[in-house]
Amino acid sequence: MRNFNALNLAREALRGHKGWGQQWRNPEPKKQYDIIIVGAGGHGLGTAYYLAKEHGLKNIAVLEKGWLGGGNTGRNTTIIRSNYLYDESAGLYDHAVKLWEGLTHELNYNVMFSQRGVMMLAHSVSDVQLAQRHIHANRLNGVDNEWLTPQQAKDFCPPINISKDSRYPVLGAALQRRGGVARHDAVAWGYARQASAMGVDIIQNCEVTGINRAPSGEVTGVETTKGTIGAKQVGVVAAGHTSVLMEMAGIQMPLESFPLQALVSEPVKPVFPCVVMSNAVHAYISQSDKGELVIGGGTDSYVSYSQTGSMHMLQETLDSIIELYPMFNRMKMLRTWGGVVDVTPDRSPIIGMTPVKGLYVNCGWGTGGFKATPGSANVFAHTIAKDEPHKINAGFTLDRFRNGRLIDEAAAAAVAH
Amino acid sequence: MLLINCPYCEDDRPELEFANAGEAHIHRPKDMADMSDEAFEAMFFIRDNPKGVILERWRHAHGCGRFFNAVRHTVSDKFLKTYMAGEPRPSDDEITELMK
Amino acid sequence: MNSTSQQAFRVKARGSRIGARSVSFTFDGKTFEGLEGDTLASALLANGVHLMGRSFKYHRPRGVLAAGVEEPNALMQISRDNSKTTPNVRASVQEIYDGMKAQSQNRYPSLNFDIGAVNNLLSPVFVAGFYYKTFKWPAVAWDKLYEPFIRRAAGLGEAPTEQDPDRYANRFAHCDVLVAGGGAAGLIAAKAAADKGKSVILCDENPEFGGWLLSDTDIRIDGQTGEEWSAEMVRQLLAMDNVRLLARTTCVGYFQQNMVVLNERVTEHLSRPNVELPRERMWQVRAGKVVIAQGAIERHMVFPDNDRPGIMLAGAAQTYLNKYGVAVGANVGVYTACDSAYAAAFDLAEEGVTIPVVIDHRDQVSDDIRAQAKEFGIKVITGAHVYCTTGKLRVNSMSIRHHKASSGSEDFEIDALITCSGWTPSLHLYSQSRGKPQWDEATRRFLPGESPQECVSIGSCNGTDELADIFVEAAEAVGGKAQKPKIEDDVPTSSGMVGATGTSADKGKAFVDFQNDVTAKDIALAVREGMHSIEHVKRYTTNGMATDQGKLSNMHGLAIAAKLLDKPIPQVGLTTFRAPYTPTTFGSFVGHARGALFDPTRKTPIHEWAVEQGAEFEPVSLWNRARYFPKAGETMDDAVDRECQTVRKTAGVFDASTLGKIEVVGPDAAAFMNIMYTNGWDKLRPGRAKYGIMCRDDGFIYDDGVVGKLSSTRFHVTTTTGGAARVLNMMEDFTQTEFPEMKVWLTSTTEQWATIAVQGPKAREIVEPLVSGVNIANEKFPHMSVAECQVCGVPARLFRISFTGELGFEINVPADYGRAVWEAVWARAEPLGACAYGTEAMHVMRAEKGFIIVGQDTDGTVTPHDAGLSWAVAKSKPDFVGKRGLQRPDLIAKGRRQLIGLKTKDPKKVLQEGAQIVADPEQSIPMKMVGFVTSSYWSGTLDQSIAMAMLEDGNARMGETLYVPMPDETIEVEVTGTVFYDPKGERLHG
Repeated sequence: MRNFNALNLAREALRGHKGWGQQWRNPEPKKQYDIIIVGAGGHGLGTAYYLAKEHGLKNIAVLEKGWLGGGNTGRNTTIIRSNYLYDESAGLYDHAVKLWEGLTHELNYNVMFSQRGVMMLAHSVSDVQLAQRHIHANRLNGVDNEWLTPQQAKDFCPPINISKDSRYPVLGAALQRRGGVARHDAVAWGYARQASAMGVDIIQNCEVTGINRAPSGEVTGVETTKGTIGAKQVGVVAAGHTSVLMEMAGIQMPLESFPLQALVSEPVKPVFPCVVMSNAVHAYISQSDKGELVIGGGTDSYVSYSQTGSMHMLQETLDSIIELYPMFNRMKMLRTWGGVVDVTPDRSPIIGMTPVKGLYVNCGWGTGGFKATPGSANVFAHTIAKDEPHKINAGFTLDRFRNGRLIDEAAAAAVAH
Repeated sequence: MLLINCPYCEDDRPELEFANAGEAHIHRPKDMADMSDEAFEAMFFIRDNPKGVILERWRHAHGCGRFFNAVRHTVSDKFLKTYMAGEPRPSDDEITELMK
Repeated sequence: MNSTSQQAFRVKARGSRIGARSVSFTFDGKTFEGLEGDTLASALLANGVHLMGRSFKYHRPRGVLAAGVEEPNALMQISRDNSKTTPNVRASVQEIYDGMKAQSQNRYPSLNFDIGAVNNLLSPVFVAGFYYKTFKWPAVAWDKLYEPFIRRAAGLGEAPTEQDPDRYANRFAHCDVLVAGGGAAGLIAAKAAADKGKSVILCDENPEFGGWLLSDTDIRIDGQTGEEWSAEMVRQLLAMDNVRLLARTTCVGYFQQNMVVLNERVTEHLSRPNVELPRERMWQVRAGKVVIAQGAIERHMVFPDNDRPGIMLAGAAQTYLNKYGVAVGANVGVYTACDSAYAAAFDLAEEGVTIPVVIDHRDQVSDDIRAQAKEFGIKVITGAHVYCTTGKLRVNSMSIRHHKASSGSEDFEIDALITCSGWTPSLHLYSQSRGKPQWDEATRRFLPGESPQECVSIGSCNGTDELADIFVEAAEAVGGKAQKPKIEDDVPTSSGMVGATGTSADKGKAFVDFQNDVTAKDIALAVREGMHSIEHVKRYTTNGMATDQGKLSNMHGLAIAAKLLDKPIPQVGLTTFRAPYTPTTFGSFVGHARGALFDPTRKTPIHEWAVEQGAEFEPVSLWNRARYFPKAGETMDDAVDRECQTVRKTAGVFDASTLGKIEVVGPDAAAFMNIMYTNGWDKLRPGRAKYGIMCRDDGFIYDDGVVGKLSSTRFHVTTTTGGAARVLNMMEDFTQTEFPEMKVWLTSTTEQWATIAVQGPKAREIVEPLVSGVNIANEKFPHMSVAECQVCGVPARLFRISFTGELGFEINVPADYGRAVWEAVWARAEPLGACAYGTEAMHVMRAEKGFIIVGQDTDGTVTPHDAGLSWAVAKSKPDFVGKRGLQRPDLIAKGRRQLIGLKTKDPKKVLQEGAQIVADPEQSIPMKMVGFVTSSYWSGTLDQSIAMAMLEDGNARMGETLYVPMPDETIEVEVTGTVFYDPKGERLHG
């Protein structure tokens, strides 16, 4: 694997870039692996990477029914932040942010992590109370998050309309300066390239159609469109399709899969310097390096795997955008797309063991999985390698819905992701 | 925007009039006190989340106000049938027939 | 060729849509003249201007390439003034109007001389994906240095900086048949459907109907020209009541169940738009059947230096000539792999344009075409390719070489070069309908297959090339029948090629995607680096991700990748087509939903009175509630303090109309209440009221409120302001689906009753004279009583309840009487020294009494036991919603957070709501937090701060000292009970 650096780039420029090899191999699957990861998104590829890098386990296959990075990894609005309320959440997401901060160098791949700041607007007295609760909890957890007055919010992000005459006037904002955005594809590609170089087989266009178990119950491998592949351990990291896969092992999940749409505007010169989210006026927005305004909003209300959404959801999202940033009314929508997000009852992920020996699951990220990618992958790799959760994901168990020990960011905070 | 047939109004109406109300035919037992934690978890949290035919509830919230059930395909989002609350769950044979 | 000095390339003999009136506009500050009907591109071309833009990455000079929505290069900032400015407008679509200001984009200081073009010199480094490989050192430099640089170089036009003053409209429509595209196929289908009595909507993105028929003037349909034929069709359609024709209207998206979204541009082509008209109108059409007649889009040839201004699509040149009366040059070369370019060449030649040569990439061309070329004196070279062009801001020569020759070439001087590699059927709407495009190997193109929705593709988007066939296909698509007319045409349709021409040894950049500067070599590099899925190729190179969304580039990119991978094209895949078909104004999605119409504002019948009194308001769910009533010079704190103390000492009047109200009626009403609320309702007598708690089945508090029992079969239920709708929904869910056998009916009465709370020692004195029909003396009408009576002669429901801890009444009267009764109450209250108070004083006073607010002191994780409300949870009821959930292990575990009171050691110190509590303030971060402050106020009545908090094992920690670490200090607090004022509750009974 050739190192990605300016010198090699210059050298290659002189010879028409003929010397770059494949970023990852495209092998045929072997009959048997130690570990199979189902799903080659950022979380799955990252899991394989950390298993190889930190745990020395290299006989691994990552199976992907489509093309790597083609699920929610490549369909999200790339927002990264860690200003969550509960200790468990703050711990998990801040673990991720710390890894993000070194990821470009770790992977020798520019993932363009841009700490432009993520601002969450408050529009009512109860929004303000909630924001303060977050800010104080974050401070004592060592997570940066600060309160801005409306004018400070506008100074930080000039397009915001802070007029008191708005339908929902801005009463202030919580700002996490370490938050930001990254280049989503690069995360998947960067992990894939390094994992592949360490011997991980990434098998694309290979759909898992069954999970095989021994008579004694433990996992023995998977059935796929490329045949039977054996493994002692199987980690399912398949986002919206988790329920379908876990059903193959006889496990019913506390998940529902909803359509989530996002959209971009045509590119324009820099006009929006950070990420801004709002719950009451529900939408989130940032500007990409290309100049497109990247915009997201709420999910549709019904279960669907269609990867499309409704017109009225697009309208609701844009209504909110224009309410907050009236100057963008003449901008044009360039492209919309849809993903399938898997949502748990408490809106927090499940990362850990399952009732089936050798089967592990990482799911339920809802609309907010991208930001956790390195942290999630890192602790999931630990969980598989040690056959027990890392302390960071110890609370994110599947059985919390039985005992009631939820991590209810939704109930406590009604925070959009 | 989906177009949904309300079995009470006997009319196709736009999705904006409706609210999705989750999985259908979940049994809430009358003797809740005796439920195991597992059974409670199954009732309250575990959800059928099929890539295929789903049985789900809708409420004609901005219409007649009635809750009703629907058979819908979650890949095409096509409604195969809607029926009133309390009517029995369609048999697998009926669903297969509806799929044709 | 007729010419004037102003519009030297105008061809008067042609130009079907051009009028005689001159139109004046500016481009980069310079004034130009065009003609009525011109697009910005045709008007500039008429003036000999080809250079219209700069590319995204390399800032290469670019001319207009196309004559339609697929244009990647000629993007302009179009302005009427500072607020009405729009970036990235395609000059090939924008119609000119008097006074229009157009500016080129993405260049500095000028279009002719752009410093950004230095990127072009660095292009050997700036290949596809280069930024993934570099800009990494030093680590901090990405945010600070590289990224700002990349961002400034990228982008195209400028976003507006002011609020958009224009209006946008939204309309819904239903029709039997929606026809998307008004070319030959669309017109025929619309007419056939309309003839059968169907309601029809026919739309086309252009200002006129006719499609390609208006570009190819040599076609004859039963002797009529295309223009005559389409004009006649339009005349007939306009005469039919069941047909709606929408010009300048694009089908932007195809959603579920045959909902198609159309964007109609109403005024953007007008110099002085009627202010009554919206700028754009969004149509949401639910169609019985969708007929897709989107046509096909011409592809360019991919060869080295194919991007110089003056190089454009042959079909575009033909359109500019025949629709707009503009010759794209005086000495025009042709490079093609498709017969249709000959038609353009012949038309230009007819108007005196020199065609030095046609280079045909194919080895053969039909005898008929050769013969026609010979008649025009046009030299045709087959089996050859263009390997190089020259010209800095305008192409001035091309060099060609035979495929078979290893050396030797021929140069031609030209001032324009038109190219065509074939036509790509537009599958956008079909694909959005969730249909899967099918590869047709014979014609090397994707075509529509089956669709899961009620739609049918016809015409060239369906691969039907012969016009005569289209007549039959289009009519049959809607169940009609048509005769094949007699069609004459000079050049028949042919298929073309996809992919790059020339050899890998060629120097120069062969552009696949013009706007994003993606070359054939970039695609090759992506493939070499392991990007084997077309989605990877697209994302790695950005091919097809520009504002034209790959309308020109996708097929070429796919073909180049497939060839390198040695795979059939369909195996490499086709990227998904996403809505919108063309970039669509946000405003048209938003329509009127801006400002006050963004969300409805609910106002009580007493709202205007509060406005008149100068109240400050706060949004609470959809309501705007009076927060406090400041007197001159008062701050919020002053006003709230005064209001609280006035209520405690005298009385206050409060508008409680926003509280949710539900009428629960029927023989089983009490049994139903027993299910829905944690409390027991059997013992409650008519005429009495009770505080009720509602959980979800998981056992967490969902809502609360006072419930009055009016009779054995009728309850007046109140809910929180924000919870009314969801509470009713949950109640309905249970009555309809879980307990359908219960005889109980629910009615929302929130907006039927105005609710006036009168609280304070003088409350009875204020209310009593207004009340008739009930004796409200203390012993006759004790705390928690309810009666139906009259207040001010109006039928009323009177409660004796208190959310302040004082003697209190709540008067419910029909909403229409709300303001009158309020004023009558106020007329008695004010002289007694009472005040009107708002939500903030209400919050303070209820906190002084330890009353919770659901959603503030509780969140979705708090049980009634946690909130200190165990007394309200019936032990003996066999079932209520939440009963089983409350028994789950974690909900009965030790160490749960419980609601307690806090007093600050320094009584003047007011805690911040949301502040976190720790036991050990000296610990290092991350600290172990044991709770947080839910409510905190200054209590003027008590002359101290008060607070409530959720605290781990709170009930067991009474009297303990804990700490609230703030950024600049640590505040010491003592754990107390939640009732700070009148703990025995004596004042309630006064």
